[in-house]
Amino acid sequence: MIWNRPLETMPREELAGLQLERLKATVDRVYHNVPAYREKMQAARVAPLDIKNLADLRRLPFTTKQDLRDSYPFGLFAAPMRDIIRVHASSGTTGNSIVVGYTRRDLDNWAELIARTLTCTGAGADSVVQISYGYGLFTGGLGVHYGAERIGATVVPVSSGNTKRQIKLMQDFGTNILACTPSYALYMAETMQEMGLSRDLFKLKAGVFGAEPWTEEMRRELEFRLQILAIDIYGLSEVIGPGVASECPVKNGLHIFEDHFIPEIIDPETEQPLPFGEKGELVFTTLTKEGFPVIRYRTHDISVLYEEPCPCGRTHVRMAKIAGRTDDMVIIRGVNIFPSQVESVLLNLGLTEPHYLLVVDRQGALDTLEVWVEVSEKVLSDKIKHLETVEHRIQRELESLLGVTARVRLVEPKSIERSEGKAKRVIDRRKLK
Amino acid sequence: MKVKQISVFLENKSGRLAALTQALAAENINIRALCIADTTDFGILRLIADRPVDAYYCLKKAGCAVSETAVIAVKIPDKPGGLAKIIDVLALAQINIEYLYALPEKTKDTALVIIRVERLDDAISVLQQNGIAVVSEDKVYGL
Repeated sequence: MIWNRPLETMPREELAGLQLERLKATVDRVYHNVPAYREKMQAARVAPLDIKNLADLRRLPFTTKQDLRDSYPFGLFAAPMRDIIRVHASSGTTGNSIVVGYTRRDLDNWAELIARTLTCTGAGADSVVQISYGYGLFTGGLGVHYGAERIGATVVPVSSGNTKRQIKLMQDFGTNILACTPSYALYMAETMQEMGLSRDLFKLKAGVFGAEPWTEEMRRELEFRLQILAIDIYGLSEVIGPGVASECPVKNGLHIFEDHFIPEIIDPETEQPLPFGEKGELVFTTLTKEGFPVIRYRTHDISVLYEEPCPCGRTHVRMAKIAGRTDDMVIIRGVNIFPSQVESVLLNLGLTEPHYLLVVDRQGALDTLEVWVEVSEKVLSDKIKHLETVEHRIQRELESLLGVTARVRLVEPKSIERSEGKAKRVIDRRKLK
Repeated sequence: MKVKQISVFLENKSGRLAALTQALAAENINIRALCIADTTDFGILRLIADRPVDAYYCLKKAGCAVSETAVIAVKIPDKPGGLAKIIDVLALAQINIEYLYALPEKTKDTALVIIRVERLDDAISVLQQNGIAVVSEDKVYGL
């Protein structure tokens, strides 16, 4: 099912025309309304009238996370405050939080994008959509909320937390679509099992999972445990929130809603744009945002863009599932490691529970990596030897994939903290010293 | 003839064993015999309880990773050479012992040895052929 067939299946040439028209308007808006953008453009010797075709996008300077922080709170808003009807903000654990503002039209567009996303799962007016993303300054809860209303679904705005109650509501209300982080979905699946509730008691059909990177292996795990279609959705508050891109049922990449955003992939070192099919950092330019447009915003997310047509009929380009956020990346003895790599090894082997933690430390001048993972009853035995074999096997696989030695440590069931939002995958003790 | 042994995965950190024994005590489950094998990070606690099925679920409920293994219990005279004889018998039959541990009996002149072998049935018959008493499970749980 496709929510907005004319726009989502628009022929590429026509889409390019729409993008150019909207890009010009956006550049014009930020140049005239936001001093910080104007100064950067002037320094780069580019003016709104220089944007004559889509390739001219490359003449515009990048926007970084630091630029956004420096303009705290409202410095990059491109609409007068009387037109801003909502703000959201990041948690700001690593500096000033980033505040984003939305006009009425922005919220309207956002609901449209989430409507498209939910429709990808087959959801419609008859569906019960349970939103277990956090409500509040975080964009997840309210973002999905208005899109779910847009398709006419019955919305259960439960927010995150209180897991047993979530499950009771899911059962009593006959929830069909679950929206939350993949790590929280896993926790719910585990809790259902603990509560001794069989899958037949639920009417779950699909889940829209996002806000953190997750692997194909985790998808298999969630689809198996919950017996659902698990769809990856992508977004970030700096760009709009959830609703930047969504998988279709083909599950081969996430369609980026190109009538609202222009994606680019760049080499994070040289900042040069890379062709389709090459892995690099995702960069977004918004095309319709009024309150908080961004020009060539560097996301720190690593992905690949594909232009090949998708069997689902949507013409918008697809991005590969996020391999990792450079912010989550840990560098061990010069080697870049993403938690998702560890996840894929652990889940592929299937010898342990899918709960893990990377613990990074420094002994003397040497970085050390420990991977803590919960022991599974499937492999538990009375023999030490047997568990040591499990540890060694995981260790070997990790070493061959990561290129560094990781010490595997089996820990007791449920000893790794469960997440009701974004999972914490890394403890870096080097920073504490 | 086969005795149910409960094996529990324990991380090497303080309080873990206390939590486990308290959980069993709260359910009025008696630990008949116990041994721990450990590495730097974790240990496996093996125990024989008077009510093995209850013990299994009690520990599972307490959040432990639990598994069940079949072992055999042999009665030996509590004197020099008592253990040597059964080990001899098993060695001659080329049955590998994974591990064993002992518990004293109240009668004082005999001891019970819990033995974990790979070929359980073979071990039972070879021990019996050599006149060694393999103790029934009820006796092990109840005595």
